[in-house]
Amino acid sequence: MTTKDSTISFVHNQEVAHSDTVAMQTLGFWIYLMSDLILFSTLFASFVVFGRSYANGPTGKELFDLPYLLGETLFLLCSSVTYGLAMLAMHDGRKKRVLLGLAVTFLLGFGFVSMEINEFLGMISQGHGPDRSAFLSSFFTLVGTHGAHVSFGLIWMAVMMGQVAVKGLTVPVQSRLLRLSMFWHFLDIVWIGIFSIVYLMGVR
Amino acid sequence: MSPAPIDSTGVSRGSLKSYLTGFVLALILTAIPFALVMSGAWSSSVTVIGIFIAGIGQILVHLYYFLHLDTSSAARWNVLAMVFTVLIMFLFVGGTLWIMSNLNYRMM
Repeated sequence: MTTKDSTISFVHNQEVAHSDTVAMQTLGFWIYLMSDLILFSTLFASFVVFGRSYANGPTGKELFDLPYLLGETLFLLCSSVTYGLAMLAMHDGRKKRVLLGLAVTFLLGFGFVSMEINEFLGMISQGHGPDRSAFLSSFFTLVGTHGAHVSFGLIWMAVMMGQVAVKGLTVPVQSRLLRLSMFWHFLDIVWIGIFSIVYLMGVR
Repeated sequence: MSPAPIDSTGVSRGSLKSYLTGFVLALILTAIPFALVMSGAWSSSVTVIGIFIAGIGQILVHLYYFLHLDTSSAARWNVLAMVFTVLIMFLFVGGTLWIMSNLNYRMM
């Protein structure tokens, strides 16, 4: 009920407190993330349906390299934690630490995307691209959609580093950093589903 | 440059301790399914169950320690939206698998 009340007061009263605006932006962004989750769930559903349709092509067991996957997973997990540390620095108002945390997070995220692109290119160069089988089509669609999200997250993070450096930790900048943190942690959660269902279940 | 009041946003600020606790738990819950599959020492059904339990556990760890979702009133609307989304996901994924396996069976 409190959210509804504050929405009404926002409509009637332009002099709205900052925390109310940020709360609404946060909830709105959360609802976007939930719609994104539904997008991913449809891709997961199609992967599970097509996951064993190899068309005499390679299977997951032949393609996936688990130590390499563990490296990707650790990159993303560590980047989630370093982003959390950047958020703690933001709440303390320590601008340089925020920039440092974002830079480390960016590098870890960039490492993840680089490893994934390298994996994709290796598979495609061996003729195991998305056109090979229904399994590989749904694999590239699901994992590629996640990778695209992470890449856009990196662009967003680069923009936020610029905003923190130029504008400082103003309320709108803090609100954006908060939403980017939700986006980043959300992508790490989707990755748990991907490495469990796509890779580990495919290799076992 | 005083820190602005952006608490009470449904996603609370967390602490160093909560991030590090979450990190350690997530590491353990990542190591378990990888070890299960890479060692190959366990039967297929045990491995599948282990992957699922560790995966769901790690998702809960991330939600609680990184996204700070809990039962507090500040997070209530976020949790409510997520519960509804999980219901929709269950309908999508469960319905898809049900229909497709049924079609597959009839095509045999």
